Amino acid sequence: MTTTAILPERGLSDRLTATFWRRPRLLLVLLLTPPLLWLGVVYLGSLAALLWQSFYSIDEFSGMVVPEFTLKTYAELFRPANLDIIIRTVSMSAAVTLGCAVLAFPIAYYAARYARGRWKAVFYLGIMLPLWSSYLVKVYAWKLILAKEGIIGWAATGAGLGGVLDAVLAIPVIGGNSLSTSYIGTFLVFVYVWLPYMILPMQAALERVPTSMLEASADLGASRSQTFRTVILPLAMPGVIAGSIFTFSLTLGDYIIPSIIGNSANFIGMAVYQFQGTAGNIPLAAAFAVVPILIMLVYLTLARRAGAFDAL
Amino acid sequence: MTAAVEFQNVQRHFGTVKAVDGVDLTIREGAFFAMLGPSGSGKTTCLRLISGFEKPTGGAIRIFGQDVSDVPPNRRNVNTVFQDYALFPHMNVRDNVAYGLMVKGVDRARRYAKAEEMLSLVKLSGYGDRKPGQLSGGQRQRVALARALVNEPRVLLLDEPLGALDLKLREAMQDELKALQHRLGITFVFVTHDQHEALSMADSLAVFNEGRIAQIGTPEEVYARPATRFVADFVGSSNVLPPDLTRSLGGPDRWSSLRPESLRLATGPDARLTGPVRALRYLGAGTRVVIDARGTEIAALIPAGQPVPPEGAEAGLTFDAPALHVMEGEK
Repeated sequence: MTTTAILPERGLSDRLTATFWRRPRLLLVLLLTPPLLWLGVVYLGSLAALLWQSFYSIDEFSGMVVPEFTLKTYAELFRPANLDIIIRTVSMSAAVTLGCAVLAFPIAYYAARYARGRWKAVFYLGIMLPLWSSYLVKVYAWKLILAKEGIIGWAATGAGLGGVLDAVLAIPVIGGNSLSTSYIGTFLVFVYVWLPYMILPMQAALERVPTSMLEASADLGASRSQTFRTVILPLAMPGVIAGSIFTFSLTLGDYIIPSIIGNSANFIGMAVYQFQGTAGNIPLAAAFAVVPILIMLVYLTLARRAGAFDAL
Repeated sequence: MTAAVEFQNVQRHFGTVKAVDGVDLTIREGAFFAMLGPSGSGKTTCLRLISGFEKPTGGAIRIFGQDVSDVPPNRRNVNTVFQDYALFPHMNVRDNVAYGLMVKGVDRARRYAKAEEMLSLVKLSGYGDRKPGQLSGGQRQRVALARALVNEPRVLLLDEPLGALDLKLREAMQDELKALQHRLGITFVFVTHDQHEALSMADSLAVFNEGRIAQIGTPEEVYARPATRFVADFVGSSNVLPPDLTRSLGGPDRWSSLRPESLRLATGPDARLTGPVRALRYLGAGTRVVIDARGTEIAALIPAGQPVPPEGAEAGLTFDAPALHVMEGEK
């Protein structure tokens, strides 16, 4: 019997395997170059261009962009009208994030701890299904649901709860003529649209908490609520933070929902849209676009300080 | 004497699976009690029934005479050392150990003092500021032990406490656990699938098989006088002899067992069991010789230094009459 120590090469695939085996870094370079080019040039490049533009200003008479470095545009952000937009957007983002977190937790907890097999599949389908349909279609559907003659108003009247709905709408600031023209409506639609982005990272974080850890807590004498506060929540925190980064930043940047649902008060996204479009004030649009980035940086720093990433 | 833990016809069925199927058990106070058995034999479920993570589907469980069937885990005065230790990764060692006191509302200074005391008990003084992730497996085991002891439980439950440690550390920990139990005087109940661990640490043990207790007794009793074929085979790999072979050796018409170390090589008329050598395994302190005695494999442990027949050769074995143990638990 004759055997060789080396098996024959079977063509291109084997040759490539050999090349990559001899030069392990080559494959890494080949795999990483396209995404890094994308990230570096297209994404970071345009971000740099944006930042750059925000330091330009606009000539008030001619309406032309003056390509000179100035902080004048940033100062404009602090005019009461613009500051209002920022405060309104940040408040809405915070409220939406909180609402999403409260709604998502029980769902994520159930999925991570109890759902098995078929029910797990149902869970994922249920979470992902809303993402399959067009964003605009969903928002317009909600407009109909929330409208004065919409399903909610109809059901409330039918159930004799019309007074309750009116009372809710009579709340100053967040109330309004109807749900679809109030901050409550904007909030509800934001929560609906971003909820999956909160549930999925939360569920992933909760899934990594072994059951024995919860048992250890109970074993040592902790009640359910103590276990929740001292074990589950801290360990789920990275997931909550990841989810809140999504919900917070998506709400900060969105301009479609507040322009379709709500009292047509300006949000950052809408301001950016208007300033770069009809107003032609690219520097101010850029300065506005920098605001969410700064807020997110502050947010992440605070989260880090609070120990949100300790369990990572 | 008070029984620390008492099981009365306890059952735990999961659908059609009878994880625990009619267990009667009394663990006396101050015992070092082992629950021994292969995986799926119901030993871990029994431990979880004591801690309260499982609820019995039938029967009664009493801890120090009190029925605990309706008492949740956090109100049972027993604590557990988990198999995976289950240390809280986001807390340092001191907070982990002090956890049981923290949830009871003990103030910081007092609980940290107590935690430090517990850490010195397990020889980990000065490790309070570390995170569990910075410790070795053996150190984590000690932290888990300190954490479980901080509440001064009346019964300490240990679920495969040494399973994740390497051999050297395991042996050292066996001695330490034994010494610790001696010092604290509280009841230790531990689950293991390792018969050496059970025999060397426990002062009494229960051998589990298929949701039931096959035998209960001191290590000497269980080892020398196994009640069933399963116990004979599982605890110390005894030779199991069918009734006809037992009878041919002068015993009754019953199943019996013979310890490998009670057999020795013999020739001619002295040999009571003869047959070809089927396998040889060198074990350092001796050699395990397996012969085929009329269809039954009989293993003998021949001490080092004695000549051993080669594989395939005819060999004879003999033993002293008392070594042949008739198993009462088998028909």
